[in-house]
Amino acid sequence: MEYMILLHANENLDRPAPGTAEFEAYMGPWFAFNQSLIDGGHWISGGSLQPTSTATTITLDDGSVTDGPYAETKEQLGGWYIITASDLDEALALGKGAPLKGGYVEVRPIAYRANA
Amino acid sequence: MPDDARVTAAIIELARGQSARVLALLARRFGDLDTADDAVQDALLEAVTAWPRDGVPENPGGWLYTVALRKGIDRIRRESSARRRTRASAPELVEGATSPAHEPTDEDHPVHDNGFAGDEYLRLMLLCCHPALDRDSQVALTLRLVGGLTTNEIAAAYVQPVATVAQRIVRAKRKIRDAGIPLSIPVALDDRVAALLTVLYLVFNESYLARGAADVVTRVDLADEAIRLTRQALELLPANAEVEGLLALELFSRARSAARQDAAGELTLLEQQDRSAWDRMLIAEGNRVLASALARLRPGRYQLQAIIAGIHANAPTPEATDWRAIAQAYGQLLAMTGSPVVALNHAVAVAMAEGPDAGLALIDGLAELESYYLFHAARGELLARAGRVPEAVAQLAHALELTSNGAERRHLARRIRALS
Repeated sequence: MEYMILLHANENLDRPAPGTAEFEAYMGPWFAFNQSLIDGGHWISGGSLQPTSTATTITLDDGSVTDGPYAETKEQLGGWYIITASDLDEALALGKGAPLKGGYVEVRPIAYRANA
Repeated sequence: MPDDARVTAAIIELARGQSARVLALLARRFGDLDTADDAVQDALLEAVTAWPRDGVPENPGGWLYTVALRKGIDRIRRESSARRRTRASAPELVEGATSPAHEPTDEDHPVHDNGFAGDEYLRLMLLCCHPALDRDSQVALTLRLVGGLTTNEIAAAYVQPVATVAQRIVRAKRKIRDAGIPLSIPVALDDRVAALLTVLYLVFNESYLARGAADVVTRVDLADEAIRLTRQALELLPANAEVEGLLALELFSRARSAARQDAAGELTLLEQQDRSAWDRMLIAEGNRVLASALARLRPGRYQLQAIIAGIHANAPTPEATDWRAIAQAYGQLLAMTGSPVVALNHAVAVAMAEGPDAGLALIDGLAELESYYLFHAARGELLARAGRVPEAVAQLAHALELTSNGAERRHLARRIRALS
């Protein structure tokens, strides 16, 4: 089965700037996690989002456009993976391995994916 | 027993005693819980029409397996031919539709006794208590799929609308299918067994909460169901001290249930219960099961609760109760759980063992229970014992304000009158 792993975390925590030694140290576990998904044959895709300060929301009822994310919550969606796993238990075990500091990892089965 | 009643009893026995094992086998075989459940239900329906005519088969479990397997294969054939027809006329509708991994063949399967399919049966039990399902769904699904109860029986036992329970079961089964929750023996078995024990313990406790509601006689007894399912869990996990601990706890509590209410249906406190009405056979079995658990040297919260229940159950009189041992067990339980309610029970046990002042000293530190009526009731009783009557009356009056339970209110009012 295919699952999406949604990473929700507090985006206001300080993160090291790219190019610094701290950034390398911060990214190391993420590269290792990505590699483990690839090595295990689970990887389909993955990526991260710019912070919600860059988000814009369209209300389809009237077509109006507003600044900000759809929902203001303490934790925000910041990244995702699409993986293949034999069942939910395997997907949960993989999701648990995401090197997120605090926050929540949501695991949902994919219903349909174009070009799958 | 007239023939009809005998056949009905045999079908209920089949549904509750064996259908879960057959379901577990077929779920694995078909790779789909829903198809397997439908097949088992079809087969039970066939028993209702066929058995009064042909008689009860010699091996009901084997009969159920064979008939349910045939019903399941029929269903899969019907569905796949419907899909073939759809694919021919409207292929866009079947894109991505899942088809059964394989069409099962009609081979025979040995179903000889009540102990068949242990591994598959354990998978089914753990599936029903999977942490991806919410607690109410775990309970309903366990009773329905593992306990073999009907949705109507579960709804009646919990005094809930049938539609609510039916909806809960349908949603849970849908999530199992759509989210891919597996029928497997997990690596982290202890956590999953703990979830199973929580569900069984909730079912057992519910029997006391629901007791006293209308038409008790016609309802399934949840305490008996919980004991039956805990026994089955123990068969599947024979060396598990906590499963034994839970079974012992349930047996000790069940042994006292007849004495828990007086003739007028009022709650009877432990110390006032007629101990001759306690079931000695159940207490003896509880003692055996608990001794086996403790010999494993793997302590746990259910064993500690069983130790406490066992001390009460084995005391010939209230005065003969070993409160020191109870206080010690509560102390260990408190260290394990950190629960303020356990801390309250610990304080009361210490008061019984060492006097009211020792208990009051512990109870006064439990500020987080300020809104819990039993905290005030317990503190009031300890104050009364310490001879601080006016304070005791005020404390009991405060407890009275915090509970709406009729029996509890009458009890508190009686105590206040007696002290004033």
